[in-house]
Amino acid sequence: MAKKLNMRKRYEVLTRGLGWEPTYQPKEKVFPQETYEGIKIVDWDKWEDPFRLTTDAYWKYQAEKDKKLYAVIDSFAQNNGHLNLSSASYVNALKIFIQGVSPLEYGAHRGYANLARQFSGEGAQLACQMQSIDELRHSQTQIHTLSHYNKHFTGLHDPFHMHDRVWYLSVPKSYFDDARSAGPFEFITSISFAFEYILTNLLFVPFMSGAAHNGDMATVTFGFSAQSDESRHMTLGLEIIKFLVEQHEDNLEIVQGWIDKHFWRAYRVLGLVSAMQDYMLPDSPMSWKEAWDIYFVDNCGALFKDLARYGLRMPKFHEQATDEAEHLSHQVYTALYQFSHAAAFHTEVPSKEKMDWLSEKYPNTFDKYYRPRWEMYAQMEKEGKRFFNMGLPQLCQVCQVPMSFTEVSKGEPMKLSQRVTEFNGDKYHTCSDGCKDIFDHEPEKYAHAWLPPHQIFQGNCGGAEIPDVLKYYHFNPEDGGDYKGSTDEATWKAAHGLDDQQTTPEKSA
Amino acid sequence: MSVHISTKEIKAKRVNYAYIGRRIGHDKPASRYQEAIYDVQPTTNFHYPPSWAKDRELYDVRNTSIVMKDWYTFTDPRQYYYSSYVIARAKQQEGMDNNFKMLEKHNMLSSLAVELKSSIKNILSPLRHVEYGANMNNQDICDRGYGSSITSLSSFNGFDRIAMSQYISRITLLIDENETEGLVKAKSDWLENPMWQELRHAMEDIFVLDDWFEIMVAQNVVMDGLIFPLIFDRYIKNLHSKGASGITLLTQFMAEWYGETIRWTNQLIKVTAAESEENKQLLSTWVTTWSTRIEEALEVYSVEALGEDGKQQLTEIKTELFTRLTKQGLDL
Repeated sequence: MAKKLNMRKRYEVLTRGLGWEPTYQPKEKVFPQETYEGIKIVDWDKWEDPFRLTTDAYWKYQAEKDKKLYAVIDSFAQNNGHLNLSSASYVNALKIFIQGVSPLEYGAHRGYANLARQFSGEGAQLACQMQSIDELRHSQTQIHTLSHYNKHFTGLHDPFHMHDRVWYLSVPKSYFDDARSAGPFEFITSISFAFEYILTNLLFVPFMSGAAHNGDMATVTFGFSAQSDESRHMTLGLEIIKFLVEQHEDNLEIVQGWIDKHFWRAYRVLGLVSAMQDYMLPDSPMSWKEAWDIYFVDNCGALFKDLARYGLRMPKFHEQATDEAEHLSHQVYTALYQFSHAAAFHTEVPSKEKMDWLSEKYPNTFDKYYRPRWEMYAQMEKEGKRFFNMGLPQLCQVCQVPMSFTEVSKGEPMKLSQRVTEFNGDKYHTCSDGCKDIFDHEPEKYAHAWLPPHQIFQGNCGGAEIPDVLKYYHFNPEDGGDYKGSTDEATWKAAHGLDDQQTTPEKSA
Repeated sequence: MSVHISTKEIKAKRVNYAYIGRRIGHDKPASRYQEAIYDVQPTTNFHYPPSWAKDRELYDVRNTSIVMKDWYTFTDPRQYYYSSYVIARAKQQEGMDNNFKMLEKHNMLSSLAVELKSSIKNILSPLRHVEYGANMNNQDICDRGYGSSITSLSSFNGFDRIAMSQYISRITLLIDENETEGLVKAKSDWLENPMWQELRHAMEDIFVLDDWFEIMVAQNVVMDGLIFPLIFDRYIKNLHSKGASGITLLTQFMAEWYGETIRWTNQLIKVTAAESEENKQLLSTWVTTWSTRIEEALEVYSVEALGEDGKQQLTEIKTELFTRLTKQGLDL
């Protein structure tokens, strides 16, 4: 009788030892990206597989998940599930998602394929390969789920074209390009650890709980279906950090530097999520500040206590991010509100109920700093002078968010925060100490950034007038501006038989 | 009796995404495959050049000498996107799992004649490393290739390679009753046995090719085009006739896989060659060069696998490959 192999041993014999040390070509030619970042790998065999999934099991689990998911997507479309939303204004969150996030899933698919080719250790190679194909899954299930919404609402029609061009989408795109254009170890530290491990809940929870709270069962389903993949990705993120630091003492400083940089970079991208969460969701499950306290301050605080034995510390400038938690969403959403004539989503002055909710969630800041501004905007709107900022915003050279953050950490929340670095005779502006620090470490990289306003002024975005640029973006006239009076609102009202004054259908028992 | 269910008609504003509409017409409903594949890859306005190739963009048509006006001219005849891919494979895997269970239960491999066992270990087992190398090449295409319709196929293809290397490993373990000596021997054969060295040499030379499309041709068209018919058709039939019928069941996936794979590689060669004379010449040159080299590398192996006329059979296989590729428009 043959002896039994336990799961661990079975996985090991089926995966480890598949690769080999090349002898007909030099190793550094076969794996050219493994050394130039300065990371030292002494022994890939020390890699602890974060999950032991053979291909047969992978196919089986994933096929089962996908069958269920697509059954839900089909039935959602067939039953016009979008009519059960809390309000059509909720769809704005989905617009940000498919324009800003789904293309990143695709980018991750290609990025992890790079690692799957470039890492010479089979354990890490296979983990990256599984993540690569998972990420392809996520981009495709998102496209398929949101396809139904695209049929009924504006702004979801051309997400991949937009992602390459639109000003506010250069925030996520430049972050991802930043990680992708770095070497493989920096990429995996950025995406697997800083993004997927440290910050993923801050992305996932607002969108997915937001979907659940607003009646979007299709998005909830793809979210939950992705979650078991995400948990594998998170364990990969943790494993890679421990592995790198344990491999060689010289790796510690490099890895810490990447954690610092990509934490701040990813955090700035999440500024868009904070605005979505606090302002765009008609019914928000929790505020940005609450999510930050739980998922960053508490959870990551505990994580870094564990990681202290590896010599790792909390990312640089995390205190500033925490200080900003009571201001972030208000500042970002104000910028979006001012420029929403050039966006493929709608904004609106928060309703009275929404403002009361914000006062409750932000007792230290909302009534003091932000309510008066919204009341002013509301007043202007009433007078027929809805405020649109008709200039082009100055963007931070690093995060590419309009320069509208303030000196919160210095106790001056009403003073704009601006930093400047001179490089090769030019001045480069950044929005914060975090972004300036990143710029100063790699000025030649960030000087290279494709900044949308600069590109518009240089004539690279379709023309000199806003309508030319919007055409270049493939925006339709009904895509932007206020939700009130929008095509989406009209569609919603017509479908629910609402008159002009009503905004939401009567809740049936 | 008919029941009338009253429904409210909700008219859609749009039939499909604009990026699909530009491809198939804005009034035509899109398939899931089309939504998942067309124009998803970024094409422009990259922020920073890759640190490993500062003269290139993150996604760059210059990573190959093949020139296409539209990189989405090629589409997969199988129409695989992630979901249809994993569902198809899960079904095949279920069949394979049953085959393994049955053979294990009846000791059908461990009871084989010694010379058959040792043949399988010499001929089949080292292919787990070939599949691993083939995976590396396909991950490379997925990384540096252009257009999501091509690169996603490489991702699936690479995943299949890992699966096949695992099936081969399981066969080896089954013969050895879960001892790992056959796997250890397979690796040392791959690394040292002269029979494998020219193939490994070719494989390592493919690893370092700059042009991802050449990797596509050398690996997925030529190397597979010689090895799969040689082993998973002729050699397995040979074993079958000598009494190792169970092995047919355990390599069923590979046989089916190859039949399925040439559907898309044929299509890829066809549309790429049809694009221009330059493409056609380039593809033809790559096929000629790599098939000459890999045929030579497989000469001893083919005799070991098929007996005296192995070399002749290998030449037949190459001729079949050339005939098939000539039909796709190549000049061979």
